[in-house]
Amino acid sequence: MTYFPEEVVEHIFDFLATHRDRNTVSTVCKTWYRVERLSRRSVFVGNCYAVHPERVVARFPGLRSLTVKGKPHFADFNLVPHDWGGFALPWIEAAARGCPGLEELRMKRMVVSDESLELLARSFPNFKVLVLISCEGFSTDGLAAIATYCRVLRELDLQENEVEDRGPQWLSCFPDSCTSLVSLNFACLKGEVNAGSLERLVARCPNLRTLRLSRAVSVDTLSKILARAPHLVDLGTGSFTIDHRAEAYHKVMGNFIKCKSLRSLSGFWDAAPHCLPAVYPICGNLTGLNLSYAPAIQCADLIKLIRQCSKLQRLWILDCIGDKGLAVVANTCKELQELRVFPSDFYGGGIAAVTEEGLVAVSSGCPKLNSLLYFCNQMTNAALITVAKNCPHFTRFRLCILDPKKPDPVTNQPLDEGFGAIVQSCKDLRRLSLSGLLTDRVFLYIGMYAERLEMLSIAFAGDSDKGMVYVLNGCKNLRKLEIRDSPFGDAALLEDVGKYETMRSLWMSSCDVTLGGCKALAAKMPGLNVEVINEMDESDEMEENPCDLDKVEKMYVYRTVAGPRNDAPDFVWTL
Amino acid sequence: MEVTASDLDNLKATELRLGLPGIDAPEKPAPVSPRGSKRALLVSNEECWPGKNKSPEADSGGQEAQPMAKAQVVGWPPIRSYRKNSFKARKEEMEAAGLFVKVSMDGAPYLRKIDLKVYQDYKELKEALDNMFRCFSTGELSGMQGCNGSEYAITYEDKDGDWMLVGDVPWEMFMSSCKRLRIMRRSEATGMPSSP
Repeated sequence: MTYFPEEVVEHIFDFLATHRDRNTVSTVCKTWYRVERLSRRSVFVGNCYAVHPERVVARFPGLRSLTVKGKPHFADFNLVPHDWGGFALPWIEAAARGCPGLEELRMKRMVVSDESLELLARSFPNFKVLVLISCEGFSTDGLAAIATYCRVLRELDLQENEVEDRGPQWLSCFPDSCTSLVSLNFACLKGEVNAGSLERLVARCPNLRTLRLSRAVSVDTLSKILARAPHLVDLGTGSFTIDHRAEAYHKVMGNFIKCKSLRSLSGFWDAAPHCLPAVYPICGNLTGLNLSYAPAIQCADLIKLIRQCSKLQRLWILDCIGDKGLAVVANTCKELQELRVFPSDFYGGGIAAVTEEGLVAVSSGCPKLNSLLYFCNQMTNAALITVAKNCPHFTRFRLCILDPKKPDPVTNQPLDEGFGAIVQSCKDLRRLSLSGLLTDRVFLYIGMYAERLEMLSIAFAGDSDKGMVYVLNGCKNLRKLEIRDSPFGDAALLEDVGKYETMRSLWMSSCDVTLGGCKALAAKMPGLNVEVINEMDESDEMEENPCDLDKVEKMYVYRTVAGPRNDAPDFVWTL
Repeated sequence: MEVTASDLDNLKATELRLGLPGIDAPEKPAPVSPRGSKRALLVSNEECWPGKNKSPEADSGGQEAQPMAKAQVVGWPPIRSYRKNSFKARKEEMEAAGLFVKVSMDGAPYLRKIDLKVYQDYKELKEALDNMFRCFSTGELSGMQGCNGSEYAITYEDKDGDWMLVGDVPWEMFMSSCKRLRIMRRSEATGMPSSP
């Protein structure tokens, strides 16, 4: 290979699809390192504190697409204090200086300010794609900057962000010359929307294929938009409140019928049951359906709708669908690959919504099922064993029994055997979340069988350090481990410290790890940042006299080449 | 189908409340501020609790320990704040607006209006209607499924325009779909179709 000119080597590298492969070839020799880095167009940074932004930008000056992730996953559930970190600005600043050709930026769980959005908008003349997922810290003013200055913007995708509303004018900031939009998702915005601006924008973007509207968009506007953009593939409907006796209803139904390319539906924020028939005409084409934000629609109407969706591959729904409704899903949706059932009543005190029966039904009727997120009131070992047999192709399996530590209600046993069956049967399992009553035994199984497991979430589980050690010893491909409220302590933490350098991160909260244990880990492994997060409280003695024997409330450990971070707030100690 | 006291108690068992299934929830606060207390529980779940409050049954492993505290374990169930906030906002919207519906009674010269938000369950609603319309009838209103020798049945018009017998669906669902109430004479009610 050393006799090939570099252009040929570069061309060969073009065929390497994954980041992992490109990272690997860059380590072969100096020439390959140089060729790789200069031709690298896309970089993925899984932990924004693992490397300095300047270093990334210096190594890959030809960067066109950058993806950065910030806060640990448990931040989604309020376990990470609000100002812990994960700031977007340093990344945008570094890229503005070093990669003016940047076209795409994707960020997840980061703090993005209006200032950084404005810098982004002004710094990259070729900027095309902005995707922000579960981010916060910005307002509609920042969006206005993006709309104004990104002349060739193709995608603006805002998923589940907390965005401060400063008025509807941002949408009007897209200049008349902007005709390049392919995907626009502002479903998470809470404020008013300028309907006229929206309609005109849609009208002048002939390539628009994805459009997800916010709750403020009325059915009337939706109707007009559908009339202008019948080639939409992915639609978020906005509020979808219609009086079914009104003309608006028939109009919107008529416009839906024209949308022959529509494959994915979401939204339905305020939809009442009588509105649903408006979408019946296109149900037969749908591959994706998200009704998880439509609590007013109950089982009977959900069933009527789903009966028409025989091509569904992805379904997100609330648990009011019930086991009965899931049986209908099992009979109808033979192509189903991904199912998410969310709780409509968060504290588990309501009507028994879905149980193990619904899951067994779906597993039996939908053999292609490979991704599951299931919130339920109870689960049995027998059911999990059946599911494991029916669906050996799971890559993501997340089960949340709402009552922590709940055993199998039929046998009163822990759910070790059930989850054991899952990991044994599903050889391609990459992500697993456990719940219910679990002993160390389940971790023995996981360590033994879950060879491809990359991410494991544990809550209220296990009996002793052995549990955690089984996992650390067994799961060769483990990248992210997050544990809360489980009896794992220093012995487990320090059993194999080298393991953490093979992983992206470890999170432990409300466990038995002590400050002394964390210090020991930090001392042994300089290549890791060991962060101890202590939220101050008036009655907390720890801040005055932290003792090595004190248990640590929250600990976040991650490998890094950047050293301890310089933007950590007071309550985060990097040991 | 006869309506008995135990049927009304079963209705209570199906009502939505903050607490885990199978646990007797503590007595609800007086209707004076039901909204306030619900909101307080939701808010406190969002706050970061100091480390002292470990999961209540970590040691006992039983279910006796404060059921309300269990409902407030930080970050449980593991649902994204965005989703929780969406539902919370909608719940608060619903709670803020009163839900006034007209109540008519066959034979009575005038109608009344009541705020459904004030009542926690069917039992309270029935008592209130009893009080309101007592002067127009000789006996008690039976209200719920079936009759008990009483002259009247309580029905409601739902969002689809259909007339339904009060008591079939969970209270929350009834509240969101009820547009008006009609206390119907038994003799007219026997011709009613059962709910779908």
